Amino acid sequence: MSRLTMTRRGLLKAGAASGVALAAPLSFVRGAYAEDFCNMPTGSSVTLGFNVPQSGPYADEGADELRAYQLATKHLNGEGDGGLLNTFSSKALKGNGILGKKVEFVTGDTQTKSDAARASAKRMIEKDGAIMITGGSSSGVAVAVQGLCQEMGVIFMAGLTHSNDTTGKDKRRYGFRHFFNAYQSGLALGPILADELGKDRTAYHLTADYNWGWTQEESIKDATEGLGWQTANAVRTPLGAGDFSQYLTPVLNSGADVLILNHYGKDMVNSLTQAVQFGMREKQVNGKDFQIVVPLFSRLMAQGAGENIKGILGTTNWNWSLQDEGSKAFVKSFGQEYGFPPSQAAQTCYVQALLYADACERAGTFYPPEVIKALEGFEFDGMGNGETLYRAADHQCFKEVLVVKGNENPQSQFDLLEVVKIVPREQVTYDASIFGGDLGPADAKTC
Amino acid sequence: MKQMLNREPFALAAFSLVILLMPIWLTPFGANYPDLLQKFAIFAIFAMGFNILFGLTGYLSFGHAAFLGVGSYAAVWSFKLFTMNVLPAIVFGVAFAGIFALAIGYVSLRRSGIYFSILTLAFAQMSYNLAYSVLTPITNGETGLQLTLQDPRIIDNAFSTPGAGLPETNLFGIDMSGYPGFYFCAVVLIICFFITRRIFNSPFGLTLRGVKSNQNRMGYTGINTRPYTLAAFVISGMFAGLAGSLLAVTDPLAGAERMQWTASGEVVLMTILGGVGTLVGPMLGAWLIKYLENIFSSFNENTLEHFFSFLPEGLQAIAVDVSSLFVGEGWHLTLGVLFMLIVIFLPGGLMEGWRRLLRRFSGGGGGKSEPAVAVQPAE
Repeated sequence: MSRLTMTRRGLLKAGAASGVALAAPLSFVRGAYAEDFCNMPTGSSVTLGFNVPQSGPYADEGADELRAYQLATKHLNGEGDGGLLNTFSSKALKGNGILGKKVEFVTGDTQTKSDAARASAKRMIEKDGAIMITGGSSSGVAVAVQGLCQEMGVIFMAGLTHSNDTTGKDKRRYGFRHFFNAYQSGLALGPILADELGKDRTAYHLTADYNWGWTQEESIKDATEGLGWQTANAVRTPLGAGDFSQYLTPVLNSGADVLILNHYGKDMVNSLTQAVQFGMREKQVNGKDFQIVVPLFSRLMAQGAGENIKGILGTTNWNWSLQDEGSKAFVKSFGQEYGFPPSQAAQTCYVQALLYADACERAGTFYPPEVIKALEGFEFDGMGNGETLYRAADHQCFKEVLVVKGNENPQSQFDLLEVVKIVPREQVTYDASIFGGDLGPADAKTC
Repeated sequence: MKQMLNREPFALAAFSLVILLMPIWLTPFGANYPDLLQKFAIFAIFAMGFNILFGLTGYLSFGHAAFLGVGSYAAVWSFKLFTMNVLPAIVFGVAFAGIFALAIGYVSLRRSGIYFSILTLAFAQMSYNLAYSVLTPITNGETGLQLTLQDPRIIDNAFSTPGAGLPETNLFGIDMSGYPGFYFCAVVLIICFFITRRIFNSPFGLTLRGVKSNQNRMGYTGINTRPYTLAAFVISGMFAGLAGSLLAVTDPLAGAERMQWTASGEVVLMTILGGVGTLVGPMLGAWLIKYLENIFSSFNENTLEHFFSFLPEGLQAIAVDVSSLFVGEGWHLTLGVLFMLIVIFLPGGLMEGWRRLLRRFSGGGGGKSEPAVAVQPAE
């Protein structure tokens, strides 16, 4: 075939053929998506999407989150000892999956990057048919994925995210957060700081430069200035800086006698370790002992910081040493499964998975607008945080907040945080309107 | 056969058919879902544009992701300020990336070889860090630039009242998410293929190849190569800006990590994997990497146990343990191994493999193969 002659008829035929070929995928699409709402489960199983950081700076948290999700899946399907299903105040879950459908899951790696997190969430929704997305360990990622889930009409149960924005400025109808936030940290930590350190202090903030750091700095500043403290300076540090010495050097000459580290994960481990190496904790400023405060604490971070953590104050969402029925049950089944106690990230993720399943059972359907209604304003207990309310106005959970201190005499390698005070829910409740934002519509979408 | 494929209408028709039918032929690979298809088309454009610079002139830019990021930011700002229509966003994305490339290219192209690579890398890292720190009001830092309900969107709001919830990107009323988004990207990719093909076969392309083989000789024959390399750099930056704006079109969010050096490195990998200086090689490389990133990374132990369920119990456990190293978060390892194998055994990338196959099946005839040309930056 050396030369192709083009005739009118041939051209028409070719045109028609390619038209059919082009339209073919569209008809597949229509067939696959002919349903009432995005990813309506039609078979005998229902798929949940666990989107956690498996690589990057928060990989430790992500690994623990995934363990918790796998445990939750087991318990929902009636395997294992049932965990928190036994202590949960709502008895809608029977251990036979969700609405009689077996729970299956798909996983994705957020890489702690908004782009990657959205790509993997999209994959789980578009390809794997996930009806709910949950997980994550960064507020940047949580806000990004939550926005995506709102667009696609898939419920998002946020994992570890502490920024006020997640349920404040950037709140979404399809997004729910069980974890506490920076504003609540400020409310809880304030009075304790006044008791332990006095009302006449000058603070110096080092802040991770992204939405979580900004809101935490603001919240803690408000809380401490409310006590009568001064703020000497607030310096933003790049995320993942590694070396903080250039930011720490000016602190001692600034006249400040408290250093507040608004850092998380490896950043916090590095900045705290360097501050201790600088001898800050032995210094006297303004006639008082120099102090360091880390408003958001976790056991995984304490493990990384080692000795340096002793005596340092902060807040946390949950700690495995709590003695209520829910916490004990969770620590027991997690310990049996994996051989060590769960982190706060694991607890919040496990509880989120159960709360979603329970809301579907109570709503009697997977139809998202109904599930959202079931979650909004839901009061529950027995999940390890005392009586808890999922507030309808901003989808934030209101529950006890723990003020903790690095343990001076740890009994084991996990016994790193000592609970100073369990701050009651009333004290950390605030007006939903202070952060602005708009939840948006709850309309179901087809994918 | 080969001659037929070289004719422009046939080449274009064949290429269009392959691209537009992707939702069908990718189904067996489990890659048939809109997000990945969109990424295939977008990163093909990115790699193709990169290849105009690297493949033709031999200048290895290690900072191409900066243009991708600039394109994304410009497009999202167009959505925020003017309209959700995608055409202005693309125009802005390409234009800003072009201006940015002109500035960076003007400085960087004073050097060649490794120095050029380092300069571009430095500029890209600088842009990345600026986006994270000083430029936070424009880029929204780590959180990423996103649409909000408070955006002015002057043009849209002048014609209609906004509904509840965030608006979606559209092309005169057609939503650009899902499959329509893919077909839009696919059409843009076909246009880019046409442009690239024309550049490859033009006297301009020939001049660029001349730069690659020996820049000094070009200079002695009286050709000032600087305008040519700068033009190639800007065109390739504009392709990257186009890809960046398409990323924003299919998903209106721009994050600084798009500009990170790893993203720049990725496009280099794509091009080398596929075949430097070939027309479709970089596209194949882009597909391979995006496929690994999205599909391999999603395999977990349950998937593997299911996959190896035909084996007896003990063997199954071993097979799962070994293969789990290469999937999930270990997909980088798979990519690394694959990259090594290709660089060692097929220095010309996937395209060289294809040519060797063709030669074998056409009975050893088909003329002598060109020796694989090592990529040599111009000196």
